[in-house]
Amino acid sequence: MIADPIAAGLQRGWSVRDASTLDADLHLEADAVVVGTGAGGATAAETLARAGLRVVMIEEGPLQSSRDFHMLEREAYPALYQESAARKTKDGAITILQGRAVGGSTVVNWTSSFRAPVRTLAYWREHYGLRDYTPERLSPWYARAERRLSITPWSIAPNANNAVLQRGAAALGIPTGTMSRNVKGCANLGYCGLGCPTNAKQSMLVTAIPAALDRGALLVHGARAERFIVEKGRITSLECAAVFPGGSGSARRAIVHAKVYLAAAGGIGTPALLLRSALPDPYGLLGKRTFLHPVVLSAALMPEVVAAYAGAPQSVYSDRFLDEYAFEGPAGFKLEVPPVQPLLAAVTMPGFGTSGARLMAEFAHLQVVLALLRDGFHEQSQGGAVELASDGSPVLDYAISPYLWEGMRRAFLAMAEIQFAAGAKRVLPVHESAWPYASWREARTQILALPMETLLTRVVSAHVMGGCAMGADPRTAVVDGDGRHHLVENLYVVDGSVFPTGLGTNPQLTIYAIADRMASRLARSLGASSEE
Amino acid sequence: MLSLSRRELIRTGIAGSALLALAACTRSNAPNAFDDSAYRYRALSPADRELIGAVGAAMLAGALPTGTDHRAALVQVVRGVDVAMSGLTPHVVTELHQLFGLLEFPPARAIAAGVWSDWSRASPRDVVRFLTRWRFSGVALYRNGYQALHQLVMAAWYGHAASWSAIDYPGPPRLS
Repeated sequence: MIADPIAAGLQRGWSVRDASTLDADLHLEADAVVVGTGAGGATAAETLARAGLRVVMIEEGPLQSSRDFHMLEREAYPALYQESAARKTKDGAITILQGRAVGGSTVVNWTSSFRAPVRTLAYWREHYGLRDYTPERLSPWYARAERRLSITPWSIAPNANNAVLQRGAAALGIPTGTMSRNVKGCANLGYCGLGCPTNAKQSMLVTAIPAALDRGALLVHGARAERFIVEKGRITSLECAAVFPGGSGSARRAIVHAKVYLAAAGGIGTPALLLRSALPDPYGLLGKRTFLHPVVLSAALMPEVVAAYAGAPQSVYSDRFLDEYAFEGPAGFKLEVPPVQPLLAAVTMPGFGTSGARLMAEFAHLQVVLALLRDGFHEQSQGGAVELASDGSPVLDYAISPYLWEGMRRAFLAMAEIQFAAGAKRVLPVHESAWPYASWREARTQILALPMETLLTRVVSAHVMGGCAMGADPRTAVVDGDGRHHLVENLYVVDGSVFPTGLGTNPQLTIYAIADRMASRLARSLGASSEE
Repeated sequence: MLSLSRRELIRTGIAGSALLALAACTRSNAPNAFDDSAYRYRALSPADRELIGAVGAAMLAGALPTGTDHRAALVQVVRGVDVAMSGLTPHVVTELHQLFGLLEFPPARAIAAGVWSDWSRASPRDVVRFLTRWRFSGVALYRNGYQALHQLVMAAWYGHAASWSAIDYPGPPRLS
């Protein structure tokens, strides 16, 4: 029997409320209320609770734990993801994978952990006046997250899916690296994206959230933060609506009064909350410059069984095509592989009918490489804008610029060449107009002719960033380098939405580090004692 | 030229909205072959089920079992779509209902999809032609409609354990 730290904590008497079961409105008082329990919110909540503050955590999603994680896509997507893992950008062109549960996206991410690229931090310092954002000054915060979350390089051999990237790249002289992962006693199952069934993944669900609850924090889940109430430049309360697990609302509300308010509802969620609250935004920055690291994919049919659903989903990467390009130059991309499970594969692969069925019949031999495009640095890569639908729900309008399309075509070429170099029999760029090409020569010719258009090229994203940029200048940033809102004195933003650009790598570790730093400084400013 | 007039008709403006509104009013609720006493549909009307059944049979040709098991598998797909829609946000569900309403309104079905009979009687060839036309359409709205149908149908089938043996997926490992 696998120990379930959530069940154990509830047994010990944690303060946890499910708002969807409320029979009357809930009124709460706290020193700090944190909206969102993902990488940013949970980290901040732990830090504040350790400093002795009374913390309330608000989470829209459900509280599930290892006993609920059955490694079944049909259960996990509706339960643990925003919009059943089918969240789309406004024009339907990009599918966004984003968590929606206690623990946020950390419950369903693939555990890949990187520090921020040195170049990205230099850009933030230069263009956003974030003087403290040097690798040296951030290093202790990174080190603390790495220690707490057991982040170390993956020491087991990569699974066959990752090995193809490693082997193909090596054959072409392209350097690859081994990823670090936030796991402890990982059984190498491969189902990180559906909730870790063994609690090996050191997600917020089994680390920061239990730590905060053990120090007296209150968690209210099934509660969607609707708006902050602002009076005279200060927030006086937070209004939340109770939501059922399926997402529909109930009439009950939770109202929280606190000294400080922390927004950590993620890219899309945080800007939407601030927009609904009609906070001052004189420079029209809120929700703008939202970044996605748009991803294109290339599928290969290998002679060997790949079983890309089994084993640590991501362990090998290549930054060659990031390092090669200056920010002012063509779009760079990072190469990784995704886990391949039947439902997600079937909805992602192009085509239908007998050709689709033939492809799925080769499922065990299917290998997939992904290219994650770096967005937010070039004048033709300004990201998207979060808007509100008539019901107040957020919609992200993200247009893919010709600059990014050009990068995606180069990414298709790079991925296909690597896959053939690794011995692929056929390579299929994930694009409606493509078919499984039999040689690198054929692939090259055909990829150069592919129409790079929305809803023909499959584009996905698993990294939503920006929309509440941090920076020294209120004319170009919503919050300062400590996450404090430039115009509302007791509001802080402590999640990936503060990134002024896309990060250029998987973001979880940087969110942990920055949120911890912001919350620690906040605790000190409130006169609280830091425990560590 | 035909595609231009179609675009004018459906894509935007008063004609499109009026058509959608009319389509919504005339959605049929007559009982049909996907009625199922063992399952209470939450999102799909009887007409929606016929539509998804026809689209599902075409999209999953070669994937669904043939013979006597075919019908049961198709019912599973239609149910799966219903379950999935119950988990989507109201905003998205409204958009899907608009799409279904359009495809179920006979004049729009004929003009926009090129399918002249009811979905329950549409020939597989006509459905494939419709899907192909929308998949590669010059109108992004149609491509989007195709992608929405594709995603719903594929998720409903490949999320279901009955699909796994045909693709050599062993299912999740057992935890000892």
